[in-house]
Amino acid sequence: MASFAPTKAEQVPPAEVGEMDLYHSHSWWTTYVFSQDAKVIAIQYSLTAISIGLVALVLSWLMRLQLGFPDTFSFIDAGEYYQYITMHGMIMVIYLLTALFLGGFGNYLIPLMVGARDMVFPYVNMLSYWIYLLAVLVLVASFFVPGGPTGAGWTLYPPQAILSGTPGSDGGIILMLVSLALFIVGFTMGGLNYVVTVLQARARGMTLMRMPLTVWGIFMATVLALLAFPALFVGAIMMTLDRILGTSFFMPAIVEMGEQLAYGGGSPILFQHLFWFFGHPEVYIVALPAFGIVSDLLSVHARRNIFGYRMMVWAIVVIGALSFVVWAHHMYVSGMHPYFGFFFATTTLIIAVPTALKVYNWTLTLWRGNIHLTIPMLFAIAFIITFVNGGITGLFLGNAVVDIPLSDTMFVVAHFHMVMGVAPILVIFGAIYHWYPLITGRMLNETLGWIHFWVTFLGAYAIFLPLHYLGFLGVPRRYFEMGETGFIPPSAATLNEFVTVIALIVGATQVLFLFNLAWSLSKGKLAGRNPWRAASLEWQTPESPPGHGNWGPALPLVYRWPYAYSVPGAAEDFIPQNVPPSRETGNESHEALPGAAAQPAE
Amino acid sequence: MIVALLILLVGIGTVAFHFLSPWWWTPIASNWGYIDDTIIITFWITGVVFIAMIFFMAYCVFRYRYRPGRRAVYEPENKKLEWWLTGLTTVGVAGMLAPGLFVWDQFITVPKDATEFEVLAQQWQFTYRLPGQDGVMGTSDSRKIDSDNPFGLNPDDANGQDDILIESDELHIPLDKPVKVLLRSIDVLHDFYVPQFRAKMDMVPGTVTYFWFTPTRTGTFDVLCFELCGVGHYAMRGKVVVDEEIPYRAWLAEQPTFAQSLARAGNGAGEELAAAP
Repeated sequence: MASFAPTKAEQVPPAEVGEMDLYHSHSWWTTYVFSQDAKVIAIQYSLTAISIGLVALVLSWLMRLQLGFPDTFSFIDAGEYYQYITMHGMIMVIYLLTALFLGGFGNYLIPLMVGARDMVFPYVNMLSYWIYLLAVLVLVASFFVPGGPTGAGWTLYPPQAILSGTPGSDGGIILMLVSLALFIVGFTMGGLNYVVTVLQARARGMTLMRMPLTVWGIFMATVLALLAFPALFVGAIMMTLDRILGTSFFMPAIVEMGEQLAYGGGSPILFQHLFWFFGHPEVYIVALPAFGIVSDLLSVHARRNIFGYRMMVWAIVVIGALSFVVWAHHMYVSGMHPYFGFFFATTTLIIAVPTALKVYNWTLTLWRGNIHLTIPMLFAIAFIITFVNGGITGLFLGNAVVDIPLSDTMFVVAHFHMVMGVAPILVIFGAIYHWYPLITGRMLNETLGWIHFWVTFLGAYAIFLPLHYLGFLGVPRRYFEMGETGFIPPSAATLNEFVTVIALIVGATQVLFLFNLAWSLSKGKLAGRNPWRAASLEWQTPESPPGHGNWGPALPLVYRWPYAYSVPGAAEDFIPQNVPPSRETGNESHEALPGAAAQPAE
Repeated sequence: MIVALLILLVGIGTVAFHFLSPWWWTPIASNWGYIDDTIIITFWITGVVFIAMIFFMAYCVFRYRYRPGRRAVYEPENKKLEWWLTGLTTVGVAGMLAPGLFVWDQFITVPKDATEFEVLAQQWQFTYRLPGQDGVMGTSDSRKIDSDNPFGLNPDDANGQDDILIESDELHIPLDKPVKVLLRSIDVLHDFYVPQFRAKMDMVPGTVTYFWFTPTRTGTFDVLCFELCGVGHYAMRGKVVVDEEIPYRAWLAEQPTFAQSLARAGNGAGEELAAAP
């Protein structure tokens, strides 16, 4: 346990961190717009991601309206429906979740949590945001070109994606591919920053095994993204060439509507390998930051150390590594060589072991804790429930032969929404309720938060749980309307109506959350310093909210791990990471403990 | 208290929904009951874990809820507990993976006596080809496709002359005979799926994919396209009729061969010429 609590020898931590040369802004423009401060960049990333996420929310409403009440809305035709589902999926996975977790939370939390003044390459960090914004604008532009955005499904499988039978095959698909390439360029700039900052700019005493799991999760996710996104990048470039110059990377000989096309010799399955070589790590690019953040939320609000910290760190690393050898479990029915099924089913089910271990350790963190049922805690608990549910259905789909009847049914839709839609978004909400006081100095309104939580959690669960069962029935995904079949009972249509109504309610409830964000900015209860009485470094800055450069005149010294909650013999039920061992028993005045004077938030 | 109760309700509600839901497998009509069995095994193993997690969490939230003055137990690690949990999880995972791999092996091993038929997909319809008297399919090439030769068969290949071409969306197959389904597409990805058969595979232009099954009951079954293939995807349907031997023979006898349809096309062209002044 040497790394958790300081021993005498470790009291003066060994690693020496040089002071950083900070860029100081000189005008309003360079302070708030073209800012190089990671905290400002984080807010910019977050607001942009949430804004484009609202577009995705509206798109999901439109598609649910069609699914719940087919033949009712004359303004939705099949082509538009496919455009809605495509853009909804792409926006949620890439432009919302990836950008918010890494660009948003990563930028805000990494420097603060590891005790750095800023990211190591602030200028590149700023460029990262502006290129991301450009990518979002190109994506939005595709709604306004002739033919509209692409309707190829978010997986963009060729040949379909670039042929005329698919909506948006004129300009839409090109803008989509260009936007993805831009996103990856922007992300790479930010990602290099996160990785180098974690490796090089930690405060003295902040060993790797003393980093909060939030940082571990975001760090590992960034490493995955830096290795995985290039596969999507080359895929996007090659498909753009196929579309514009008529090359045949992914295009075999094709007869389209009775007409021989000039393509020949390419492989559609090659694209699928490239796409999922990116796409499966992408699941963990979203999940690992959520894993990390939820660990910290549980620990702080249960007033208990995270259970099995070292196992948790290694699980993150092992899951990250394994996530690169499971990609073809998305392709059991693709027509690839059948022997692949043995390999990928085995690796996929192995990944369940470290993942299950993380779930156990989260619940064991609650066990024998002193659980404050704050809004962040509620979201963390709801995450565990939805993640366990969605993870379990992953064991169905990962097992090659079980995937055969279930692939491309509503079961798949229900599975991935539960596991990488609902679960990470619940963490995002929990994290915003948790860190909003740090960012703004004010608490979010609890009553609104309580309503927001229950409607969102129970509603989302009620939406996606029943959809699994439509999948068993054999209801396909990506169907504009079901039409006549001999095997789907009328009750399935009733269920779809129910799901649509719930989806509209859950979606509308998010307005309450946005209102809370805006209202609490000026009207929320003042947070004071460290309102949750958390031990990790981001709450221990001399100014709160943290100012430019984070740490005032001197960088913090770190003496222990971030989970020193309810340590026997300590004066308080938490000991911040930067409190020296001589002061942890509280023999000196309580004022010496940062945050000790603050009221416990209940 | 309320929170613990609601967590419990979510768990109980999920199980209740599972057992009471009217939506479940479409009754099976093929030999792939093994797949259903593997899913049942998976359901039991994962279901027990799911319920255990939810109940444990509800218990913790109730038993260890905030009390002023209470202190949580400081216990960074419990190696023994963690290794036990790792071990048990590994056993559970192996319990799902082993039958899964076993059935996968069956799924990809086509029986020697399986007869073949081909499904040809294009936006947005299925058509079918049977090997004919000689039991061998003629070679094909999508470069040879035109209005007279919609399957792109090689006219010089003797094996192809007696191939039976079914240019409608309805295919008949005989009961209880294993079939290997050869899948071809001439434009984009499609997928040939009959929910009652449980087996599916994508159809990929430029290559021939396959799967096999044995139909185990007669009836008419819907074929649906299961891979997004453009704006008409949802309307791309077909029918498979599983027949007893005698009606199957009768149906088969009515279907034209490649040679016949070529000749008919030739005659058609001749008539047009004759009609010209």
